[in-house]
Amino acid sequence: MTDLSTDESTRVASWRLLLRNPVTVVSAVVLAAIVVVALTAQWIAPFGFNDIDVPNALAPPSGTHWFGTDELGRDVFSRVLVAIQASMRVAVVSVAFAVVVGVTIGVVAGYRGGWVDTVFMRVVDVMFAFPVLLLALAVVAILGPGATTTMLAIGIVYTPIFARVARASSLSVRVEPFVQASQTMGTGPMYILRRHILPNISGPLIVQTSLSLAFAILSEAALSFLGLGIQPPQPSLGRMIFDSQGFVTLAWWMAVFPGAAIFVAVLAFNLLGDGLRDVLDPKQRTMIEARRQR
Amino acid sequence: MSESVLSVRDLRVRIGRRDIVRGISFDVAREQTLGIVGESGSGKSMTVLAATGLLDVPGAVVTGTSTLEGESGPIQLVGASARVLRSVHGGRIGFVFQDPGTSLNPLLTLERQITESLEAHRNQTRRQARTRALELLEAVDLPDPEARLGSYPHQLSGGQRQRVMIAIALACDPELLIADEPTTSLDVTTQAQIIDLVRDLQRDFATAVVWISHDLGVIGQVADDVTVLQEGQAVEQAATSDIFSSPQHPYTRKLLEARPAIGAPGPAPVAGDGKVLLKVGGLDVRFPITTAVGRSTVHAVKGLSFQIRRGTTLGLVGESGSGKSTVAGALTGLVKPDGGTATLDGTDVLGVRGAERKALRKRISLVFQDPYTSLNPRSRVGVTIAEPLFVHALASSKQNRQARVAELLDLVGLPTSFASRYPHELSGGQRQRVSIARALATEPDLLILDESTASLDVSVQARVLDLLLDLQTEMGLTYLFIAHDLAVVQQMSHEVLVMRDGMAIEYRPAADLFAEPEQDYTRDLLAAVPTRLPYSAS
Repeated sequence: MTDLSTDESTRVASWRLLLRNPVTVVSAVVLAAIVVVALTAQWIAPFGFNDIDVPNALAPPSGTHWFGTDELGRDVFSRVLVAIQASMRVAVVSVAFAVVVGVTIGVVAGYRGGWVDTVFMRVVDVMFAFPVLLLALAVVAILGPGATTTMLAIGIVYTPIFARVARASSLSVRVEPFVQASQTMGTGPMYILRRHILPNISGPLIVQTSLSLAFAILSEAALSFLGLGIQPPQPSLGRMIFDSQGFVTLAWWMAVFPGAAIFVAVLAFNLLGDGLRDVLDPKQRTMIEARRQR
Repeated sequence: MSESVLSVRDLRVRIGRRDIVRGISFDVAREQTLGIVGESGSGKSMTVLAATGLLDVPGAVVTGTSTLEGESGPIQLVGASARVLRSVHGGRIGFVFQDPGTSLNPLLTLERQITESLEAHRNQTRRQARTRALELLEAVDLPDPEARLGSYPHQLSGGQRQRVMIAIALACDPELLIADEPTTSLDVTTQAQIIDLVRDLQRDFATAVVWISHDLGVIGQVADDVTVLQEGQAVEQAATSDIFSSPQHPYTRKLLEARPAIGAPGPAPVAGDGKVLLKVGGLDVRFPITTAVGRSTVHAVKGLSFQIRRGTTLGLVGESGSGKSTVAGALTGLVKPDGGTATLDGTDVLGVRGAERKALRKRISLVFQDPYTSLNPRSRVGVTIAEPLFVHALASSKQNRQARVAELLDLVGLPTSFASRYPHELSGGQRQRVSIARALATEPDLLILDESTASLDVSVQARVLDLLLDLQTEMGLTYLFIAHDLAVVQQMSHEVLVMRDGMAIEYRPAADLFAEPEQDYTRDLLAAVPTRLPYSAS
């Protein structure tokens, strides 16, 4: 009887493994910093994000203006901080929307099976077929541009991904003996979904959430760049890069700092997602262990 | 003793801070079979994997020596380079593992899998290798070897696959054959055939065999010498006959006593004539199967009828695929039957719906085989046991539920503090006790035990069986006891029903059936059970 598996303490070990991976720890720390910045942007910004100071327009980075100023003399550093706040809000709300709607659809489809599964998943397939920008255009055409529209558009685009992940995981959990045991007791489906299915599919969902947050930030920047997302005067990272286009040769800092903010946030979410996948997703888990052995 | 093929000295395996194998030494010679026996976690697989250089666990530190003797001089296997090990594995050491379902590559034909090592180690051509593969398949008694060469693993039964594994292991005439629980996942009749096969092949090929098993019965049938492992230490090493006739170490004695064997006394007869509790008539179950080539049906249960009296146990015996678990599924609503009737104390079991269905679920409980998958890993033991109480609103408040959980834990012999533990903090036997406590929570009329002790170690199995017998006497429980192990069934059952291919072969009181089986199939099953005495003594 091969007792090689150490599933005895998988859950405790998960967190220890996570802490042992320096990349994951660093990305978690960076994300924590980003979250703090997002929550306190108004207070820690040295200047008002819309304070115009034309005599100082297009000033390079200095002791006063760390990231320089734009064509109207607004402090780029303060605008980046406030824009990060806006980006994070859009990303978090839209992914939360996608998680709630998508997981509900996926879990019900996966557990019930039959025609419910077929109908739900075909609807999800249709949603999957829309490119994010096309869908956003449609939503904007109906609701008009703005932060709410962006959240809705991104939320709808990410819903099918969560629906699929949740469905696939529920399909494998629902045939586990502990679920069958519960069925033989006469337990209702709601109880089984809440008590048995959801806790046991949380691993892949957490991983997917982290990765989706990264892509939601990118999508929001793209929409704002195109003028479909967050509207001026509210600063947003995508819009700031769009505005810098005319001044790239004169003021590199107008494009580089908002771009760097997007880069750091997306990279941190991605690396954290990879780290989480390594410990929470058992199939990937064996790969990392194999890699470490070499 | 003749010159040894493998000699292991003071082998130790350390993983992290845990000592898994703590200084084991043994020798195995040509034509000799060494049995290594121990319970799960005793380190028997680890010992052999480490000794043959196959141990592949991150952070494992192996010390000691393991020498493979040969014409070209001895080879040290502990700490050998990958190149040396490659030249030895498959060529001079053959391996047979427990699960024949996963140790063959599903995408390759048998010919490819057998000839692989021949082409690698013996530099044989395709044609030579093919001839050799045919010889081997004949040697392992696979019917129609010529036609079998082109088939894929899924076209074979479990026993046939294990024969192929043995053929692969023997392909290059290895000096040493390592068999790690090779018969554990097979039916008893198949197990007996494989044991005979290995014994014959060993005589013909003069191979040294190391046979690992948790089952002393099997070891008694195959081994010349036995090493008994407990927690990574060899507590007793002696000739098989000595181990059986005069075991020295208390642990060996414990293993021998706990081993279920035919001839054990059955359960106490039930006083008075109990009323019939469950009555099943003409139960019929078919499963539709959709494959690439079309639809077909598997007729899993064919018109099965039986009844169980209150307070008694009906043992349902059969080999894998006989349909015995399907019966449990039909009675608990997991499987939809196609025909037949079943009544529990006059209440219809198969056709109920709605509230009646829920009320019925309270009266029939099921305990599954695998204690590792039948408990939700994310729920504490207390929550798991309280689930039926919650579902059927059997306890009015949280305090009452907790009190009842404590009562149930006590009933199955676990400390009440276990309520706050997670399943992964429990051993297999403890988990199965939790499953039993959960099944008893609703005070069911009928408890269905579907191979509930099959995956436990013998000593743990013995204790769980005792618990079940005690609970039956104390609470007047009625059991449907499903098992493949005839010895265990004899110990538990008042009546026995032998199933084969979905039909009842023999259905009689246990005492009569074991004393004088009427059907050939029952006799075959009984004959295949390893006897109390080792092979050498019979």
